[in-house]
This record gives sequence, C-alpha cells and structure tokens, in this order.
Amino acid sequence: MANAVLPTVSPPSVDGPSATRKRPKQKPKRQNLAGWLFVGPVIFGVLFFQLAPVAASLVVSLTNWTGLNSPKFLGLGNYKELFTADDTFWPSLKNTVIFTVVVVVLTIFIGLGLAVLCNQKIKGIGIFRTLYYSPAVTNVVAIGFVWFWLYNPDSGLFNSTLKTIGIHGPAWLSDTKTALIAVMIVALWQGVGYPMVILLAGLQSIDQSLIEAATVDGASAWRRFWSVVFPLLTPSLFFLTITQFITSFQVFGIIYVMTSGGPNNATSVFIFQIYEAAFGHGRLGYASAMGWVLFVIVGVVTAIQWRMEKRWVHYDN
Amino acid sequence: MTTEAIRVFNRPPRHIPRRVVLIVVLLFFAVVFAMPLLWMISASLKPENEVLQSPPTFIPSEFQWGNYSQAGHGLLPFFLNSCKLAALNVGFLLLFASLAGYGFARLNFAFKNLAFALLLSTAMIPGIVYLVPQYMLFRQMGWIDTHYPLWVPNVLTPVFGTFLLRQAFRGIPIELEEAAKLDGASIFGTFWRIMLPQVKPALAAVGALTFMGSWNDLFGPLIFLNSTRLQTMPIALALFKGEYFTQTNLMMAAATLTILPPLLLFLLAQKYFVQGITMSGLKG
Repeated sequence: MANAVLPTVSPPSVDGPSATRKRPKQKPKRQNLAGWLFVGPVIFGVLFFQLAPVAASLVVSLTNWTGLNSPKFLGLGNYKELFTADDTFWPSLKNTVIFTVVVVVLTIFIGLGLAVLCNQKIKGIGIFRTLYYSPAVTNVVAIGFVWFWLYNPDSGLFNSTLKTIGIHGPAWLSDTKTALIAVMIVALWQGVGYPMVILLAGLQSIDQSLIEAATVDGASAWRRFWSVVFPLLTPSLFFLTITQFITSFQVFGIIYVMTSGGPNNATSVFIFQIYEAAFGHGRLGYASAMGWVLFVIVGVVTAIQWRMEKRWVHYDN
Repeated sequence: MTTEAIRVFNRPPRHIPRRVVLIVVLLFFAVVFAMPLLWMISASLKPENEVLQSPPTFIPSEFQWGNYSQAGHGLLPFFLNSCKLAALNVGFLLLFASLAGYGFARLNFAFKNLAFALLLSTAMIPGIVYLVPQYMLFRQMGWIDTHYPLWVPNVLTPVFGTFLLRQAFRGIPIELEEAAKLDGASIFGTFWRIMLPQVKPALAAVGALTFMGSWNDLFGPLIFLNSTRLQTMPIALALFKGEYFTQTNLMMAAATLTILPPLLLFLLAQKYFVQGITMSGLKG
C-alpha cells in the first residue's frame, strides 16, 4: 500500500548523484504551486481556525478580558485564583478524574469482551454487532432525555421496576451520592461501541495460523487468548487508552443535558466549569486559563502514556 | 497425541454448551444496549397517562401515531437547519479533505512534510483551548448567530479526513495516474476524473463520519447561535423541554425523530462507517 508512492519521492542515490539531482529539480518546480493549491485550504484552516486561536488563548489567559472591557494584564493571576481561590475547581477536577478513569477502563474492558463475542462464527452475528454499536451514533441530547426519564425517581422505568419487587430505588440523578454513577452508566452505554469496533478490527487482523499453532500445542482457549491474542491486540489497546483518555477528559454533552453539573456540583466536570466561566459569567480570560490547565493535564498524561508504551505494547515487526 | 486426537478430545464435549452460553451472553448484551431505545419508542407511542403508569407496560394499550405528527410539526424548521448544515459540512469537507489528501499522497512540493506534521499535531489539541479566541474571532467577523461557525471552520480543518484519504490515494496504483498524464490530463484533471472515483469507499467513510459529527454537534450551536430559528435538532430538543413538551410521550417522539436520521444512515452505510472508524485506529 505504502510502496506505491515511493517512486515519486526520489529514492536516494541509486543512479549516482548527478542523476538524482536532475530529476527532482524539474519536478518540484512544476508541482510547488499545484501542491500548495491542493493542501493550501486545509493548511490555512488549521493555522487560522486552530493554531492562531491556541496561541491567542495563551495571551488571553493572562488577562481579565471579558470581551467587552479593555483587558488588563494579570500575569499568572487567573491561574493563581484557579488553584487557590476557586472552590469549584478541585471538586470538578476530582469528578473529571473519576469519570475518566472509570469510563476509560470500563469502555476498553467491556469493548474487548464484546469484540471477542462478536468475533465468533455464529449465524446472525452481524445483527448483534450492529445492535451493540448503535448507541454510539445516537444524539447525546435525545439520549440524555431518554435516560433522564428512565432514571426518574418516581415514575422512571428503573425505580418502577424495583418497586414491583419491593425495593425502594435510589434517586439516581438527584442524589449527590448516585448522580455521577448514573451519568457514567449512560456514558458507558454510549461509549463501548467505539473500542469494540477498533478491537474487533484488531482481532480480525490476527494471523489465524498463530492461534491454530497454539491449539495444536495443546493450549486451552483461555491460555490462547492471554498468551497469543492479547499481546497482538496491545497496539490497538494502546491507541484506545490514548484516545479514550483525551475524549473522556473533555466530557461535556452528557453532563450538560442530564444534570448541568448538579446536584450541588456532584457531577460538575472540568469542561462544564470552563463553559460556565466563559459563557455564563463572561470571564473569557479566566476560562482561557482553565483551558490551558486542561491542555497541560491532557498533554502530560498522554506523554506519560507514550513513555509507558514500551513496557506493555507488543509490536509484531 | 496426534493433532487429530487432540481435536477429537477437545472439541465435542465443549462444543454445544459453549454455543448456548455464547448465545445467552450475546442476547443479554443485546437487551442491555437496545433497552433504552426500545423504551423510548414504546413511550413515544403511548397516551400521556400511560407513560407514568406504575408498573410500566412495554406495549402501548393503543398506538398514538399522532404523537409523531405533533412533535414533528414543531421540529420541522430545526430539522431543515440540521440537514442544511450536514449537507454543507459533508460536501465541502469531502472536497477540501480529498484535495489535501491527494496533495499529500501524490504531489511533491516545498515544506510538504512540515505541513503534514502541522496538520497532524492539531489533532492533539483539545477543542476547548481555542474555543474562546475562536468565539472572539467570529464576533469580529460578524459570524455570531449565523450558520458559518458551524461549518466553515470544520470543512477547512479536516485532519482525520485528510489523513484517511491520503492513505486511500496512496493505495491506488501509480500506473493509472501516469497513463492519464501521458494522455495530457492536467494535475487537477487527473485528480478529479481519474483518482477521485477510485477512492469512493474512503469518501463514503469520511462522509458518514462527518454527517454524524455535524448532526450530533452540541457545543457549536450552543455557543455560536442565539436565535431560535437558526437552531439545530439537538438544541431545539433541549429548548423544547419544558416549553412545548411537558408531556413525556411527545418528548420521546421528538427524541426518536432526532436519533432516526443518523441511525438509518448507520444501518445503510454500516460497511463504510465501520471502515472509517477502523481507519481512525490505524497507525502511521
């Protein structure tokens, strides 16, 4: 697949130095304009809509800008306030960390189980696969309302069902003890489809002869999975720990729709606080500082994950 | 023991029970995943008083299809807004992503590697970091409370789409392109008439994922739109809660209508969809 492009990228010094110099010099000259016309719009977009705003955001984070006032330079004042004076910062960070750890671990774990199930040769397995993935394409607002109703302490499906067998169910979203758990259940329900598909693709790309060889050697199914299949899945699992962490740490929609961070900040997460600061209170400078703190946390954790890669990820080549 | 002997020894006693266990487990998860959606549909067809009835019944005593026309009537303008934005996002994103994907796959130009690295690096920046300056930028440009912020930035920053299409273009045999060039086709002509039709599956994959992203976007409309008439389906649903739909059955009908288009698209384009997701997990 990748080889097809190699001839145009000028292989080094096979024809001797003079020959390699002549050919590439003609080609790039003709294609510079064309090449930049092809990639130009996207490079412009990335610079104008993403990288420039990221840089600007760092500057804004050092000011008290509201978007309406003339901004005053505060130095690290916003950051200092966030860490020492903001009594919602630490609780929301705690909630975000709990949410992220639970959701990352369980989506990958359950996703792996479902991928193994869906990899069995059974008639109609495609229907199950479709069914398991379908929550992932649903809209978070619509699905938020459905679960909101299912969780209703009096008339919701869960508690009505519990009542028929004589159990008085919890208040779910309106109890500070259960609210975060209730939200995480919805996130899991919607979130396992993606890891499942990635891991299923990983399973299907495994060379069957390796598994057959292990079978011939007398390895049990359990042994075969952990000694042969699992190591070959570690690159996919590594990819998932990185991407699932980044998306879970930025959870917003499900919280916004189901609890708005309540009750009593029990489900308040980091992005929700940024949203409130920027668009609820108009504190754009402060919100930018929070955004950068999030950026740094995500960056550091991702860097650590890359560092740990060698210890557990097995690459076949 | 010979291999044959091991097979005979290992298989038959396990074979049947294992299959039964497997099907039971598969059915269990099927119920877990389908249950909320099935209850949503069930509630959307019930008369109002029956939704809150305890113990709950799954099959409505009478099917009130009128709930859908009632909910759908109010949602129509927002449905059209969502369709318009999805069409703009899919159409222009495919155009720019395939142009850039082809450029990176097949053309030689100065600073190509740097440009590609720049593009990929932005995938790691959390969107929230540039949200505030973006908001200010759009205010300067007079774009707040218009549809522009909901598609123009998206279609000009298709990082994943560019990557996926680049991979697809690299998989096309180079001879095909050289034949076109010998026939005197321009670079753009080669791209448009010869190469683009070759990567239709990848275009379908990127298109399906873009549609989902656009249809399900919550943050964008929430922040950049103020006027109700410009809102999309998900936000309209949130606005309607309490205002129009104090009745749970109507709310569930509206939720069903919101979920239906992406769900249908997923069922129809499942192959491309899964392919796109799988490609997102591809290294290199």
